[in-house]
Amino acid sequence: MKLITAIIKPFKLDEVKSALRDAGVEGMTVTEVRGFGRQGGHTETYRGTEYQIDFVPKVKVEIVTEESGVDRIVELLTDAARSGKIGDGKIWVTAVESVIRIRTGESGADAI
Amino acid sequence: MDSGDVAWVLVSAALVLFMTPGLAFFYGGMDRTRNVLNMLMMNFYCVLVIPILWVLVGYTLSSGTNDFIGNLDGFMLKGIGAGDGGTLATIAYLGMFAAITPALISGAVADRMTFKAWAIFVPVWSLLVYVPVFKWVFGGWLGQRGSLDFAGGTAIHVNAGIAALAAVMVLGKRRGWPHEGHPPHSMPLVMIGTGILWFGWFGFNAGSAGFANGQAAQAFMNTFLAAAAAGAAWVFVEWKRDGHPTNLGAASGIVAGLVAITPAAGYVSGAGPIWIGLIAGVVCCYAVRLKTRFGFDDALDVVGVHFVGGLVGSLLIGFFANPAFFDDESFIAHGFMKGIFYGGSPRLLAEQALANGSAIVWSFALTFGIMIVLKKTIGVRVDAETEYTGLDLALHSETAYHGGAA
Repeated sequence: MKLITAIIKPFKLDEVKSALRDAGVEGMTVTEVRGFGRQGGHTETYRGTEYQIDFVPKVKVEIVTEESGVDRIVELLTDAARSGKIGDGKIWVTAVESVIRIRTGESGADAI
Repeated sequence: MDSGDVAWVLVSAALVLFMTPGLAFFYGGMDRTRNVLNMLMMNFYCVLVIPILWVLVGYTLSSGTNDFIGNLDGFMLKGIGAGDGGTLATIAYLGMFAAITPALISGAVADRMTFKAWAIFVPVWSLLVYVPVFKWVFGGWLGQRGSLDFAGGTAIHVNAGIAALAAVMVLGKRRGWPHEGHPPHSMPLVMIGTGILWFGWFGFNAGSAGFANGQAAQAFMNTFLAAAAAGAAWVFVEWKRDGHPTNLGAASGIVAGLVAITPAAGYVSGAGPIWIGLIAGVVCCYAVRLKTRFGFDDALDVVGVHFVGGLVGSLLIGFFANPAFFDDESFIAHGFMKGIFYGGSPRLLAEQALANGSAIVWSFALTFGIMIVLKKTIGVRVDAETEYTGLDLALHSETAYHGGAA
């Protein structure tokens, strides 16, 4: 099993959600996060003074899936979250040792 | 005062009271999430202690016929009863001014002053600085010489504004300032505060006529126009200069215009208030940048908006005071001089300069002294850890915004 983590632009969340749901992905976890990458931050001006805002608001999407679904989900995510401009974010995939469904106690692929 | 006058002064008093929460939101929104409650509390504290101080001794010490200070004849409102509704209404009305004046200073000392020091500073400053300056300007030696201050440009805004400068000079800079910037945590809160201030300011200025009359109506109109003109001026300057029209620019301009028209509200008419607003908007928009050049950490620009705006408005009376509107004879019968643009001599301008100069010297020196005494005795700064973690939790044991799962 794998954990797919994607950092995306907040306004792309609805597109990402619809694309994944249409493709049969049954669950995801979303967190509002802040950070910076190559895009860097931006500046805001208050009373003529510029402030550097380093941490830009982003959304973190987490999906646990069986190994066989990884490529397809990453492709869907990439397509749905891409605006083509700097700051579109990143996706990374990590190994998951075990998954347990709390209500039933099922584990492994059955629990996804 | 007839019943209409009493009604208007009572309504105005309530309007002015509402300005203190308005100011709290205006400042609080500009402050950081971890210090916003401390900012609100510094403001609300003023309406906890000043009303009591005002009826005990403040009012009586600032009234009467003496040049420099009143007397204690009216201690605890002695001798003033329901038979004299006009006087009671006026004392309550002026008490609201006494409460908001020290509150203005809170914006400068934001993020680093101990609440204990603030708790002592507010009543002491009111008695040693506000009361005498108020007395000099309204009925004391400065007023008798012919200087004009309709609703407190000199007595309130210049006075509190220069006190803010003296206070931050003793208090010192916030850690990290000016390299670390701290943008406003909630612009919507700033805009709500600005709206409340503007609303309340109609009571502040139009109520200062003391009667429900034509002068009150003119002051109302002037308050309306000057705030709009100054807000527009600030927004267009920064739009051209920095590339964007900002909410904070609009809010700051509105407040600068309200401050500037305060001393002039009952003495100018026609296009006068628009010019005063435009000039104040442009001047204050540049004045708020001086703090970084001169290195005084006036956190929320009390000096750039209240001191500079008040001074600009007060000096412009020397040009714009218009006896025609108030019918020439009564204006002169009251001993009021004309502005330069209406056929007057530069004498009025000179008196305005003297009045503000006197208020500035007294307020700066006394405020500096009060702050030094506080610093040497109980201390005025929070410790480094409190400054980093925030004053809300450390000093008030409260948190403004509980994020995430409650």
